[in-house]
Amino acid sequence: MAFENNVDVEHPVHDVRMAAIKNFEEKGFPSKKEEAWKYTSLNSLQKIDFSIFPKEQNALEYKDVKRYFIHEIDTYKIVFVDGIYSSYLSETTHDGVDICLMSAALTKPMYKQIIDVYFNKIASKDESLTTLNTAFSREGAYIYIPKNKMPKKPIEILHFSTGNEASLLLQPRNLIVVEENAEVQIIERHQSLTSNDTLTNAVTEIFAAKSAIVDFYKIQNDAATASLIDNTYVDQKDKSVVNVHTFSFGGKLTRNNLNFYQNGEYIDSTMNGVTILGEKQHVDHYTLVHHMQPNCESHQDYKGIYSDSSTGVFNGKIIVDKIAQKTNAFQKNNNILISDKASINSKPQLEIFADDVKCSHGCTIGQLDEDALFYLQSRGIPKKEARALLMYAFANNVLSTVRIPELKARINKLIAKKLGVNLGFDL
Amino acid sequence: MSKFLTHFLFTYYIEYMAYTEEELKKELETKEYEYGFYTDIESDTFPVGLNEEIVIAISKKKEEPEWMTQWRLEAFRIWESMEEPTWANVHYEKPDFQKISYYSAPKSADPNKTLDDVDPDLLEMYRKLGISVDEQKKLQNVAVDIVVDSVSVATTFKKTLAEKGIIFMPISEAIKEHPELVKKYIGSVVPQKDNFYAALNSAVFTDGSFCYIPKGVRCPMELSTYFRINQAGTGQFERTLLIADEDSYVSYLEGCTAPSRDENQLHAAVVELIALDGAEIKYSTVQNWFPGNSEGKGGVFNFVTKRAICEKNAKVSWTQVETGSAVTWKYPSCILKGDNSIGEFYSIAVTNNYQQADTGTKMIHLGKNTKSTIISKGISAGKSQNSYRGLVQINSRADGARNFSQCDSLLMGNECGAHTFPYIEAKNKTAMIEHEATTSKIGEDQIFYCNQRGIDTEKAIALIVNGFSKEVLNKLPMEFAVEAQKLLEISLEGSVG
Repeated sequence: MAFENNVDVEHPVHDVRMAAIKNFEEKGFPSKKEEAWKYTSLNSLQKIDFSIFPKEQNALEYKDVKRYFIHEIDTYKIVFVDGIYSSYLSETTHDGVDICLMSAALTKPMYKQIIDVYFNKIASKDESLTTLNTAFSREGAYIYIPKNKMPKKPIEILHFSTGNEASLLLQPRNLIVVEENAEVQIIERHQSLTSNDTLTNAVTEIFAAKSAIVDFYKIQNDAATASLIDNTYVDQKDKSVVNVHTFSFGGKLTRNNLNFYQNGEYIDSTMNGVTILGEKQHVDHYTLVHHMQPNCESHQDYKGIYSDSSTGVFNGKIIVDKIAQKTNAFQKNNNILISDKASINSKPQLEIFADDVKCSHGCTIGQLDEDALFYLQSRGIPKKEARALLMYAFANNVLSTVRIPELKARINKLIAKKLGVNLGFDL
Repeated sequence: MSKFLTHFLFTYYIEYMAYTEEELKKELETKEYEYGFYTDIESDTFPVGLNEEIVIAISKKKEEPEWMTQWRLEAFRIWESMEEPTWANVHYEKPDFQKISYYSAPKSADPNKTLDDVDPDLLEMYRKLGISVDEQKKLQNVAVDIVVDSVSVATTFKKTLAEKGIIFMPISEAIKEHPELVKKYIGSVVPQKDNFYAALNSAVFTDGSFCYIPKGVRCPMELSTYFRINQAGTGQFERTLLIADEDSYVSYLEGCTAPSRDENQLHAAVVELIALDGAEIKYSTVQNWFPGNSEGKGGVFNFVTKRAICEKNAKVSWTQVETGSAVTWKYPSCILKGDNSIGEFYSIAVTNNYQQADTGTKMIHLGKNTKSTIISKGISAGKSQNSYRGLVQINSRADGARNFSQCDSLLMGNECGAHTFPYIEAKNKTAMIEHEATTSKIGEDQIFYCNQRGIDTEKAIALIVNGFSKEVLNKLPMEFAVEAQKLLEISLEGSVG
């Protein structure tokens, strides 16, 4: 088996990997028959013969990929090219905080303690794609922020695929541990540089200890041949705040499995998303918030704009356990359909076992307001720009919660590009 | 107000609340099913079990034509190849279909009998239930087709309806008297292979109602059928077929109560509504089958398939008040096939003790400018689980389709659960869909406000629940609204913890 030749059998996490492989062999790829995958088919991906381990190392020049960085600000960078760490493009640190590599963390004894406590602890052990990642992942970002620390600048995690392989399967694995009262901002992006097929099956585990603050931004604006299955697991302790923003504009097929487990009181979890799709793109947001302790909050706000033959899926599940009294859980999913062939499937789910809670979910599907459009046109704004303006306004609730101004500006540009307009100003 | 008095009132309030919580909870737990009695009527019962012979025997017993027997056999074969669905959010011991007797008829039943000839035992049972056939005949202007176990024993107002050309009769008679209508429409909305329970029902249904409203006729009265389960160990498989021809109108009521039983009873009904161009059907249900006792023992399994098809400009409105049954599995649906058709679903589902309900609706928009409204109110108390499961589907040709859904859940006590599983699928850019769901409990401040004004807690809860469900109660016909309101109160008495 190729796998055995490519990994270290003596590795401390070898047992974890073997268990994961066994699970994946039993379950295989999820099919549409499973309720969680009702609206997303992986058939087209399974037909492609992906190579799991790239044969050779590929180098990239910074100037070629500069535009994919938030280059306006200084950031820590962890960059991977075809799944292999590129020290040339990266900027890591061990100064007070650890911003480095999974491969290092898994092998070096100084990290053993943390790996033992956190690695593969919150990630599902029976969800087949997660276990596939657990079995095969070799590399990823390792971020450890000790108590009361905050890195000086945001962290960017970038995955490039060069297309030197005909089709590539990447399985990055990130571990982010934020200790008590610490704070971190992370921006993650997957980028394919050619039109060869790539599939990324990523797993990220985030642990937010007491009073920790984590901002995680996912930018998904990949090439039309790139597919992404992103599995993110978040474990929160008392009074921690975790915000995950997902901006989905590109890619062929994107599936975001976002799981929040609230293991403490007074926790705040926020999941926001803006999805703007065209052509035959498909995005599936599958969120889970499990309220396991009292007095917590969760907020979800997903906006989607769908044109051409794109399809969008939103499946949001909120579970409130019996002891999780005084929970406030809110979920919102608004969608605009622009073309006849676009479709949207929304399935907001509430499973509530506690009585003293406030939970709500709202879902709308509609069009741009004709009156508003007319109003703008009557004031000399061309139709295309007027439409774009209204769509901006539609997505603005989510954008306004982005806490890095340069990132916000970048996303605005991406939106403008996606909508094919130039408004001449930033919102 | 003096400090002392304020303090006194406050303490009193606290104590009062504490009293209510415990006392009422206890009272609720021990509250037995009000209509839990059992009338002994000699029954003509088939041996238990299900096979082709039984299906043929049922058909024979009903003196059905050959095509019907074949239709049933076809359904039976489909059923044999199907598996019981497990996707619903309910847990129960699967019924053993070979331990059920599929036919039971009160011996005294005779279709030619008048009311006076009806078994006095039966009449006594109706009296206990508060259904006085004569009284309804006179006062409420309701034609009643009473079903006890599986055979209709009394049909009233037939004449008045006949004058208008309305056909309202047990389906077994309709198969004989109007085979062309039955043949054309039966299984056209809910085909035999639709689902496990629909297939079972198609194979073994013994009775139910058939109704046909001719073109342009407005049915002058509310049509109503009261279903009862009476015979121990008999499943009841009702089949209702309602056809509203072009531009006609009918309001149909269905209400159920069942006597207390220890073993679980199965109820797998199929209701098919056909609203032709411009027709309007209003279908109201009050369901109060025996829910099991306070330990969750016994109770009826209610696995119902209800579906309507709406042609051009037609309108179908489902209203249901679900308070009974141990396990409910019910999704009254509308297929909005014709342009400008309208589907409505108003529901109150109340669960208490160990009841489980998985109910909701499906609105399938196929025609242009179709509209649907869903208002669902779930109230869970005790250790019950209450789920809303709904589908709103806008197909690619359904231009200008509009949907509004609202599902609210009220939780009483911390051992119950409320769940929502809405599926929203839009394939048309002109679709307008709004979906809203909330879950909350009765506010302590609301109860306090009522208490302050001299309304005791029990009454306050009834008041709040009534207010919560008002949107749906309003949709019920008058005589049902009163009964439903009463039912809500009975099912929820003192369930606030």
